[in-house]
Amino acid sequence: MSPLNRLSLGLGLAFLYAPIAVLVVFSFNASSLVTVWGGFSTRWYGVLLNDGPLIAAALVSLKVASLAALVATILGTLAALALNRSGRFGGRGAFTGLVYAPMVMPEVITGLSLLLLFVGLGLDRGLATLIIAHATLGLGFVAVVVGARLKGLDRSLEEAAADLGAGPLRVFATVTLPLIAPSLAAAFLLAFTLSLDDLVIASFVSGPGATTLPMRLYSQVRLGVNPEINAASTLLVGGVTLVVLTASFLAGRPSAGVQGT
Amino acid sequence: MAPFLTLQRLTKTFGTHDAVADLSLDMPAGEILCLLGPSGCGKSTLLRLIAGFDAPTGGTIHLDGTDLTGLAPHRRPVNMMFQSYALFPHLSVARNIAYGLNGLGRAAASARVDELLRLVRLEDFGNRRPETLSGGQRQRVALARALAREPKVLLLDEPLGALDRGLREETQGELRAIQRRLGTAFIIVTHDPSEAMALADRIGVMDKGRLVQIGRSETLYERPVNRFVAGLLGDVNLIPGTVRDSDGALVRVETALGPVLALGEGAPAAGAPALIALRPERVGASPVDPKAAEGRNALDGQVEASTYLGDRIRLQIRMVDGSTIRATLPAGAGLASGAPVRLSFAPDAATVMAA
Repeated sequence: MSPLNRLSLGLGLAFLYAPIAVLVVFSFNASSLVTVWGGFSTRWYGVLLNDGPLIAAALVSLKVASLAALVATILGTLAALALNRSGRFGGRGAFTGLVYAPMVMPEVITGLSLLLLFVGLGLDRGLATLIIAHATLGLGFVAVVVGARLKGLDRSLEEAAADLGAGPLRVFATVTLPLIAPSLAAAFLLAFTLSLDDLVIASFVSGPGATTLPMRLYSQVRLGVNPEINAASTLLVGGVTLVVLTASFLAGRPSAGVQGT
Repeated sequence: MAPFLTLQRLTKTFGTHDAVADLSLDMPAGEILCLLGPSGCGKSTLLRLIAGFDAPTGGTIHLDGTDLTGLAPHRRPVNMMFQSYALFPHLSVARNIAYGLNGLGRAAASARVDELLRLVRLEDFGNRRPETLSGGQRQRVALARALAREPKVLLLDEPLGALDRGLREETQGELRAIQRRLGTAFIIVTHDPSEAMALADRIGVMDKGRLVQIGRSETLYERPVNRFVAGLLGDVNLIPGTVRDSDGALVRVETALGPVLALGEGAPAAGAPALIALRPERVGASPVDPKAAEGRNALDGQVEASTYLGDRIRLQIRMVDGSTIRATLPAGAGLASGAPVRLSFAPDAATVMAA
């Protein structure tokens, strides 16, 4: 690598990760002043563990993320199957676009439209609306991840199963599903992190008793940043990183019968 | 021959392209039929229509008195061996073979798997995963799996295409031996003429979705119906001319090299343009000697090139009209370049086709 390349790589990485590094470093700050270094300490992690509302918010987040990811994985997989395995049907291109479009839609718009829908339907805002909204958010991503795997899956494997007497359900259960399973796991984890990270949509559709971790952190920051927030954020970043790494490992894992992903 | 499998006016259209066009075919039980043709000729599509993966645009498929045309693949008594083998990567060899046997009890299925593993000589490989096997072993697993349900017809899509040359010839013999033992009808798709000739009872030549000619290897090789079939099965000299008259099965053709008498059952009428197909190995060549060609067609030329190939010699001969004819002679027939030469061949060594 030439010195110039090394420099530009360093600058790029610094630009991307310096803010996070600062956050992580100051989460171990002994001082209660966020910007003044007072020596190394883990005391804020201790404070964190005794912060009841924060822990409650974290539990809400985990519950919402798990259920929303489950719903998104099931619906997104069905969408991917329809788009990849039903042959050419009228409006297939349009459907593909419609499934993918919400991924690039501004979250404010998604959140606002979901809010209007829930109000229109007379649904009380709370855990249920939050799960529905986050399932909507994750569905498109699941369809993309699972669809890529389905595209790489050798069609003749499913044809061979049908040829050997298996009806469509048995083909799916014994051949298609086992072969796309890694992408289902990856898609689930992706949907899980999307839900865990979301603040904007949650602020629109959540109600009393359904405060997520990002919502809790954001409301505390408005009252002033303290190192406890840094500690909580560090844990969140660490957890999300771990999940994303697992997801990309699962999605990229080479598997016989699947060409590329 | 009692037809076992009957295809009637089968057509498959993709967009505006006829992959299979108005194709009819009868096949007796227990036969090996090879579908031969270049890629894109529709032979694989025809196989997929019989297996049920694609629905025909028109026409019917009958097998052993039953109409298969509208049946889903899993309800048809035929099985397919895929070109890629399509072995399930997440299942062991034994469970791959047992996949189609779920109608049997556990004990019966396991006995059948053992029997099939013995048939393809893979007794010790039942617990292995497909990816740990060599290409030849995978090919045999695919064959065993496709035979497990005792199909009435086995469809094989380029079954030897992925094997290297030496293994391919050995496997041809095995495949034929297994077919003879079981008596299952095989339809084999291949683009390799020598493979088709080695395996088939009959060969069906396909071109642009149509069945151009069907018959025994000898018939196709010696009596091709057109230029395409003649050229597909091996090297051939094509001599253009005009039909003068015919005498029973023999047709007299006027060519730029002189009159030629050749067999021509479906030959064009007198006055029509025609092509004479003449295989290089059916041509005799000798120094010009009027007696050498009695009762045979005789054409004069000059040796242009002579290639020694060990077991035979290949000659390229410049004819009086400037065209060239290739002749393959037994080794030892020494003819020097530049020497005048008389080519001779019996009337039944050549075939007259429509031009």
